[in-house]
Amino acid sequence: MGSMQAIADWFKWLAGAHGINVSIAYDAFDRARFLTGLSTTVWLSVACIVLSILVGLVGAWLQGARSPLVRAAVAGFVQFFRNTPPLVQLAFFYFAVSAALPMVTDQFGARVPLVNNVGWAVISFSLFAGAFNIEIFRSGIEAVPQATTEAAEALGYTRLQSYIYVVFPLAFRICLPALGNNLVNLVKTTTLAYAIGVPELLYAAAQVWSETFNVREMMVVLLLTYVAIVAVLVWFMQRWERRLRIPGYNA
Amino acid sequence: MSHELGAPIVVIDAIEKRFGALVVLRDISLTVRRGECVCVIGPSGSGKSTLLRAINALVPVSKGSIRVDGIEVNDPDLDKLALRRKVGIVFQQYNLFPHKTALENVMMAPLHVLKQPKDEVEARARRLLAKVRLSDKEGAYPGELSGGQQQRVAIARSLAMNPTLMLFDEVTAALDPETKKEVLVTIRELAAEGMTCMLVTHEMGFAAEVADHIYFTDGGTIVEHGPPAEFFKNARHERTRAFLDQVL
Ligand SMILES: Nc1ncnc2c1ncn2[C@@H]1O[C@H](COP(=O)(O)OP(=O)(O)OP(=O)(O)O)[C@@H](O)[C@H]1O
Ligand SMILES: [Mg+2]
Repeated sequence: MGSMQAIADWFKWLAGAHGINVSIAYDAFDRARFLTGLSTTVWLSVACIVLSILVGLVGAWLQGARSPLVRAAVAGFVQFFRNTPPLVQLAFFYFAVSAALPMVTDQFGARVPLVNNVGWAVISFSLFAGAFNIEIFRSGIEAVPQATTEAAEALGYTRLQSYIYVVFPLAFRICLPALGNNLVNLVKTTTLAYAIGVPELLYAAAQVWSETFNVREMMVVLLLTYVAIVAVLVWFMQRWERRLRIPGYNA
Repeated sequence: MSHELGAPIVVIDAIEKRFGALVVLRDISLTVRRGECVCVIGPSGSGKSTLLRAINALVPVSKGSIRVDGIEVNDPDLDKLALRRKVGIVFQQYNLFPHKTALENVMMAPLHVLKQPKDEVEARARRLLAKVRLSDKEGAYPGELSGGQQQRVAIARSLAMNPTLMLFDEVTAALDPETKKEVLVTIRELAAEGMTCMLVTHEMGFAAEVADHIYFTDGGTIVEHGPPAEFFKNARHERTRAFLDQVL
């Protein structure tokens, strides 16, 4: 704790002597706000990553469906979410869709929307990134040689079994790098939730700088924080890629 | 090879296969009996692969009947799983699952498709790999194996389903002479054990040695067929003789 105190003291001195005010380094209130923002961004990212991968998996599976109607629906979904700005999508969900849904009564008896702003952020970003994931997984699935799936078919695998045990494990390895890029984009996209008042990192930083008047410093902190978050994600994706590498096989 | 031939396992009756306007198989009929080893030879594009693939319903036929151990293949209500439990197929390009080790490749279908208990499946997979002389490669991935080794894993993988019939489609075509031999030895042993086999091959020497019956196809029809001794010595048709002159 002694060294933490020393660091805090040094930042306090820095602010006083040179006017470089990194308030979150010494001010408990600002720091708490910032950490809340950080944790919101982290869990928002994780939730969206998991859900968008699920959307991608299901969508890619449905793209191979027999029914042309199902395939057209998936194609339409992908086009819609890929070709419109994510901020507009978010606003559409939060303002237009939400208003069309019934209100519910919460535990305190107040009338609240069925899905709150955080909920809409999770849904909106998961669908947005999920649409890209569908395309990414599809390209991976298309890269799996047909002869390999035919071998599974000849061994009695159903389409679903072949997808689960053969196609997907191979397709996933092929498209991991592209998936990684999309997830990095997704993490950065979560800042848009600021627009509907979700207390994520950008929102928290803005709260800090509007009261402490240290916009410049907080901008730098914000950028560095994103660099760190994305670095963790990239590190994790690379580890995953290495773990899944097949000896003697280059996809 | 001579052994007692049993009841018919495959009965093909007047099948036809078209790809659009192209007729690939026309009026093909043949019978394979239990324990028999049948070789199909013929020039490229004559429909040999299509014929084998029709037998396990990888390609639907347009006309005629294919019965495999009592199952009608040309039937919209075909129980594909029941058929594929009976029929193993090995391809020219091995087509192993690259993300699984040799042992896992052999274990997968019995585990996933037949839902057999794992320890039982594993013990059998080890025995099968031993049978194709690959006990030392159980943990190797396909990418770490030679073509001949991969092909033997592919054979073991098919055998793991305990098929009544094995189909081999030019399984040595992609291999060099050295590794070819390993694979041919494996097939010869299987045939000697009484496995019912149907194989497409360009190895005339091997066909002559291992086959009970040889079919020569050209242009989607069976031009002539007979036991190897007769077939190779006294081919009746000009077309057959021309083909044999070219390949022998
Ligand atoms: N899916 C397909 N669509 C259209 N035509 C096909 C298809 N599969 C095969 N054919 C055609 O059917 C004919 C027979 O093909 P097949 O693969 O059965 O011949 P093959 O006797 O096995 O030849 P090879 O010795 O070269 O393997 C060829 O003319 C081929 O072009
Ligand atoms: Mg062929």
